[in-house]
Order: sequence, then C-alpha cells, then structure tokens
Amino acid sequence: MPRKQHGMELLEEKKNKNRKYEPILERIPEWPVYQLSKNRKEFIELVTQHTLARIKELRPTRKQLIDELEATAYRELNRIKRNRWRVDPKDDTRFWGQVKNQLVELSGKSAETGSVEDALLEKIVQRYANEIAGNFKPNSYRFTREVVKFWFQRLLNGARVKKFGAFFRNQYTLRDKIHVVGKVKMLRSLAKKGTVVMVPTHFSNLDSILIGWVIHALGLPAFIYGAGLNLFNIKIFAYFMNSLGAYKVDRRKKNLPYLETLKMYSTQAIQQGAHSLFFPGGTRSRSGLIEKQLKLGLLSTAIEAQRNLFQQTTEGEVRRIFVVPVTLNYNFVLEAPDLIEDYLQVKGQDKYFPEQDKYGSVELIRFMFKFFTKGSNISVSIGPGLDVLGNYVDEEGNSLDPQGRIIDTRGYFVSNGSITDDKQRENEYTRMLSQRIVTEYHRINRVFASHVAAFVAFEMWQKKFDKLDLFSLLRLPEEDLELDYTEFRDTFKRVRKKIYELKEQRKVNHATHLKGKVDEVIKLGIENVGIFHLKRPLLKNKKGNIITKDLTVLYYYHNRLVGYDLEQYI
Amino acid sequence: MTLSSTSEKPVGVIGAGNFGTVIANILALNRKVLLYTRDAQAVARLQSERKNRGYDLHPQVEPTHNLHHLASSCDVLFPMVPSTHFREMMQQLSPYLQPYHILIHGTKGFDITLPPGQTLENVNSLSRQQVKTMSEVIKEESVVVRVGCLAGPNLAKELAQRQPGATVVASHFNEVIQIGKRLLRNDRFQVYENTDMVGVEIAGVLKNIIAIASGALSGLGYGENAKGLLISRGAVEMVYLGRALGGDLKAFLGVAGIGDLVTTCNSPMSRNFTVGYRLAKGEKLTDILADMTEVAEGVNTVRIAKKCADHYKVRALITDRLYKVLFEGMTVEEALEFLMRYPLNVDIDFL
Repeated sequence: MPRKQHGMELLEEKKNKNRKYEPILERIPEWPVYQLSKNRKEFIELVTQHTLARIKELRPTRKQLIDELEATAYRELNRIKRNRWRVDPKDDTRFWGQVKNQLVELSGKSAETGSVEDALLEKIVQRYANEIAGNFKPNSYRFTREVVKFWFQRLLNGARVKKFGAFFRNQYTLRDKIHVVGKVKMLRSLAKKGTVVMVPTHFSNLDSILIGWVIHALGLPAFIYGAGLNLFNIKIFAYFMNSLGAYKVDRRKKNLPYLETLKMYSTQAIQQGAHSLFFPGGTRSRSGLIEKQLKLGLLSTAIEAQRNLFQQTTEGEVRRIFVVPVTLNYNFVLEAPDLIEDYLQVKGQDKYFPEQDKYGSVELIRFMFKFFTKGSNISVSIGPGLDVLGNYVDEEGNSLDPQGRIIDTRGYFVSNGSITDDKQRENEYTRMLSQRIVTEYHRINRVFASHVAAFVAFEMWQKKFDKLDLFSLLRLPEEDLELDYTEFRDTFKRVRKKIYELKEQRKVNHATHLKGKVDEVIKLGIENVGIFHLKRPLLKNKKGNIITKDLTVLYYYHNRLVGYDLEQYI
Repeated sequence: MTLSSTSEKPVGVIGAGNFGTVIANILALNRKVLLYTRDAQAVARLQSERKNRGYDLHPQVEPTHNLHHLASSCDVLFPMVPSTHFREMMQQLSPYLQPYHILIHGTKGFDITLPPGQTLENVNSLSRQQVKTMSEVIKEESVVVRVGCLAGPNLAKELAQRQPGATVVASHFNEVIQIGKRLLRNDRFQVYENTDMVGVEIAGVLKNIIAIASGALSGLGYGENAKGLLISRGAVEMVYLGRALGGDLKAFLGVAGIGDLVTTCNSPMSRNFTVGYRLAKGEKLTDILADMTEVAEGVNTVRIAKKCADHYKVRALITDRLYKVLFEGMTVEEALEFLMRYPLNVDIDFL
C-alpha cells in the first residue's frame, strides 16, 4: 500500500500491528457482562446483602451504626444543597429528609429498636446499589458499536482521500487512527483463561469511549466499567456509557455505606467473572503527569475477589484474576487548559475541587470531527498481565517470579496453613499492587515526538529562568520566550538519545515516529503538541526559533515526561 | 485457631553466628527451632557438642545444613546472616520459598549492587538504586512479601545471660509483627511494634557508624561528656541520613534507634566499638579486621553512608570524618579536632 502523506502527518506509524481481531466469545449471551445485567435484580440483592454484612462487621455496635447513619444523612443532605447534578435522582431530597427524620426519632428510643436502624441501613444500601449498577443492553451495545464504526469510517475516509466519493470508501478505518500496541495477544489469551481487570491511565473524558472501542476492536467481550457519575451529566456520554455496561462511581459520596456498596459491587462482579475496567487514578490527571498515586478502594476489590475465589472454590481450578495496566497516549487533551488551571490552583493544598465539565455534547462532536479529519493519532499501550500481587503472568495465566519460576499464588493468602481474611494484609497488598501498576505505566508509556518537544522546550525555559519558581515562570509574558532552534535541536537530540537508552532498559517505550530525522521529528512534534488548542503551546516563528502562545498548557504536556530523570540532560 | 499448624511447625533461624545462636535459643523457649548453618561440618559438631560460639544450645534447637528441609518444615524463618552474604543466601533459599512464608531478619547492614568494573572503593556516590536494605533484598530475590525485621539493643552476650532486654519487630504487615511477638517474647525479653520497617532497618545499620566513633573517643581516653555529645549529635546525623534513605523520623527515636545507639556506644563488647577503640590506639584498620572472627558491619556502613550522603547532599560530619580516618589515613585526633571546631550552632532542626 502506498504510504501517502497527508497534511500534518510526516511520519506514520507502522501499520502491521493494527490488524483486525476475531471476537474471543462470539455470542453476546455468553458474555459475563450480559449475564450480570440479565440477572440485574438478583445481583443487586446479592451486593446489598454482602454490603450489609460488611458494614455490620465494621460498625458492630448499635451506637456506632447510628452514628455512621447520621453522618451519612448529614453529608448527603449537604451534597444535595451544595452540589446537585442533573443525573441525581429526583427524590433525593425527600429520601434523605426521611432518613434524617427517622434517625431523629430513633435517638429518643432505647436500645430495643435494633431492627429499625438495620432496616434503614438496608434501604440506603439498596438505593446505592441501584444507583451504581450498570445496565448492559445487547441491542443498544450493538447499535452504538455500529454507529460509531460507521461514522468514524466516513469521517476518516472523507477527510483523508480527497476525491469525490471517498466518503463512502473503506480504505481507512479507525485502526489507522488509533494504534493499539503492546501485549494484545496476551490480553486476549488471559481474557479466555480468567477475569481481566483493566486499569488505564486517565487524562481525558474521552478515555472512556476510546477504551470501549479498543476492547471491542481487540475482540474482547464488553467490560463492566467504573465511570465517574459526572460523565453521565453529558447526554452523549451517558448514552455511550450506558450501552457499554458502565456502572457509576459518584466521587461526591464519601460516606461509608456508599463506599462499601461500590466496592462490593466491583468485588462481586469480578468474582462472577465479569471483565472489569476502572481508572485507578480516580479522576483525570490534572497536571498531565502519569499517575503516581492510585486510589486503593476499587483496586482492593480485585484482591478481595481473588481471595474469595481461593476460599470458595472447593473443586477444579480456581478462576484467576489478571490486572492489565494500559496507557493512553495523546498529542492533544481537549480539557488540558482547564485541568492544568485546576492543578495550579490547588497545588500544595490537598483540597477537593469540583468536577467541571465545560465541554458539552457539541464541543465533543466538534473535537471528534477535528480529530478525525486532521492529524494527531492516538496510541493505546496494552501492558503485560499481572496477578493481583503484581507478579507478571505468562499467557497461560501462571504467575512468575523474577527468575521465571511458577508461583502458587494461593500462598499469599495463607496463614497458619489455611486461607485467612486479613484486611490489613490486603490493604498492604493493594498498596504494593498500585506501586507495580505505576511502574508499569511508566514502562509502557509511549513517548511521542510532541511529548519530547514539549518537555524539552519547557525545561529549557525553566533552566533559562532558573531563579524563578514555577508560578513566576508561568506568569512571564510569552513574548519573552524564544528558544534558538539549533540549541533546541541539540537538546532534543540529547534527550531523545536518552529515551532510546531508557527503552533499552525497559523503562519506557516510544512511538516509531520518534526515530526519524531529527528536524522532521521536531517538526512533527511541534505541529502536534496540543494541536487543537486555540493558543498553541509550541510554534516556530519567522526566524525558525521556538516560541509559545501558552506556557501553562505547554507545562501540562511537558509533565507527561516527568518522572524519568530526563531533566538532567537539558 | 492460634494452635493450628504454625504453632506446631518449627521456626527456622538462618545463620549460626553469635546473634543467630542466641535468637535460636530465645525462640526455642516457645517452639522447636531449626538452626541452619552453611558449614556442613558444623552441623555434626553442634549436634555432638550441643554448644556454639560458647553458648549452650537449647534442647529444642536442631542444627541443619539443608535449606530445602528448612523451608519445607517452617513457615516462619529468621535470617541472621551478615549483609555481605545475605543476597547470596537468599538466592540459594529462594527456590524453596513459597508466598506463605514469613521472613523476619535481624541483619544490620546494607546490600550493594554495582555495575561490573565498579567497586565500593572506587564508586563516587551511591543512591538507593544501588543500596538496599535486607527486606528489599528478600523481596527482590524471592516470592516472599510478608517480611519483617528485628532491631534493638540486643547484645548477644547479655541476651544469652537472660538479662532484661527488648527488641522491635517492624513490618508493614500486622500479621508479621504479631507472629514475631508471639515467637520472641518471654519474661526477660520485651518486644515492641513498629510499622516503619525501612526506618527501623536503616536505624539499625547507621548506629554502627556512631559505635565506631564512640570506641574511638574511648580509645583516646575521653569520658562521659564527650560520649553524650557524640550520641546526641550522632542521633541527629542518623535522622538526616535515614530520612534521605527513606526512613521515618519515629523509627530513630525508638528502641531500634536511640535504644540501640546508646547500648552500642557504651559497649566495649561490640565489634564496631572495638574497631574504633583500636584505631584510636594507633592500630591499622587491616590489622584490626584481620583479628576479628565476625564481621564489623560498621566499617562497610561508613563507606556506604558517606557515599550516600554525597549523593543526597546530606551533611553528615561524623560519618565523613570517620571515612577519612578509616580509609584516607586521617588520625582520630585530627578528625576530632575538625568536629570540635566546626561552626555548627543549631541543636535540633528536624522536629
């Protein structure tokens, strides 16, 4: 196939890896996620009962339970007053008002009323379980899948092949736009052998849809999704997410009954074999940094589910759970300017910032159109499979130690010769797993020319003004910022060479386009970094030197390469 | 439940040095103990004499030379081998270890991994990439994750005489701490808990530096004022270095920090103290080391800590001067003079 060069794309990715994959389970009724939603009612009841037992374990006395319920009602009423969303149930105020009243009545009564607070707790947990539960509908899934495929294809072909009638050709497919690299074969194999828990990095609201497409394109059955409830405020997302089988994670709710219900939902679903996906960073990376700290709540459910499976499986092989880290690599993040604003505002103080989604359906469609008609590819790196302790597994799903010996993972849960339920131990395992995932993110992170360009330029400016702290630097007028091209080019080359070395040591990965002639790679990088922002983070001026129109956004893109100790080569 | 298999299974001790032997005897008060020694002939000797390094072996202690037997018989193992052999020992033991094993080590030293061609002598600076604590070595070399360490003022001789003493069992796992406590504790041996395992490990290692300095002061014939000065400034230096290496302040204030430091600095019995003492008397390091039957961990620690301090840009005056005394021919008097003249005026600035 002739390699045509269109618009901004100077260097294209190798295409050989982007082949089509056959589904590993052809019929939707066989998919675990379908089974789960078919028996939705029973499943919610199961989650509710298990959650109740767990909360009673955590709050054993009547007083502790009532205190917890009071705190919950107080927080919920507060949330309703301060931070209401479109997706919230209409009867929220009434429901929590009633809960509060019942609690007031309770406080006057003696300890004889044991069943009242239990019933109240059950009502709350049931409500939460219903809120969280996803609703996967095969017809709607199929429909969405076809619509997405059809329109993406039309857009791509119409834009790329500039001939009349190209709109209806199929020369380009989404696979040319989105490169899936890494351990695809292994992922497919593991999804057949056991249950996959996919944990991607999170930079943009579009991640959810992108990863949904990737799962389909790799021939995997639909996953259950932990998606931020805020996404459901945006109608087009709500539609996509619902049809993909998403369950809802409401980050405003930090009360114990809610968190326990959410975790139980995830644990039970994984335990029943539903492949699962959530963003362990919790929320989009505000700074543009690859996540360093992961949220441990949902991650712990993979470990708990595995221990339950070991405990409950009396005969035959125990179903294994595999954790698969994934990084999403972009040249452009739609929300970058707002994310970095948030980040800078709260830097140094660890406070909650409300989810702001300025981008409604219209903006998203407009962006999608630009994305598919102009350059800027996306790549998705599939990491190697890990067991729930973070050990690598082989394609058969065996856990391997660093020397390549097979590990009997049951032993991690064994104390005194039998499997025990030790929360503190599993918290520690969760912490260890999260560190392993972070290491793996850095390893499979696929560096683009645009990332290097942003990193080098920002660091060079930082070095030039080394007396200034970050905030003063970002306040400099953009006119004062200009980098001599030759100097930039030399530094770029130096950093690129170091990235090659890091790749040799398996500490990072890079796109094939990074290896071209340096001037062309720089050109590609500059043209693609934050390609669709109104104010471009990097440009060349008439003299051929490097300038910026938005240093703050450049800082955001630069952060992608922080954490590799590359600063010393500037 | 507490009387299930772990309580009936023996516990293992790896390394039949002074400390290993004494710990085996303490454990034997509660449980049958397998004591591993890498010297095949020693097993027969220990078996027949029932004595090791001058200590009687408790009847419940059974010597062995078989790592496989050790690992399959015991769920809980206590490695007590010098840091320079630790990784090698773990590599030999690793094939027999399972994820259910619990390892609680009592080794006070660092492990160093350098690229070919570099040695501890010629490398310029060291970072945590190259410097590992023993718990990190265990995790790197085996599938064991439930790891703990023992540290504290534990002079083998006093423990053997059943004088009152205490230790810290540190681990990230509460389970490990509780098992360690249950196995070690008796009416003469108190066991404290700490969750900052790396901090406790580092404190136990760094105090050996100050112990050498204390021996040196004593060798020069100085008294208690000088020692008080050394111990307090030494503790501050340990905090600085320890933090740079990833420990938490609290570990340094506890039994494994101050407790161990005070003991070692006052103990002419300790090997590190002896090194300092004889240096101050004008002997050469090589001659001193040639006389010793067991490793003085502190000598290597000075080298490592000095190069770490250089890398992390930590001010560590005592370590730095000791390094010059040990390896660059400075006399103890010169080092002391430098320290006394140093214009340092802040007492404590880390709290």
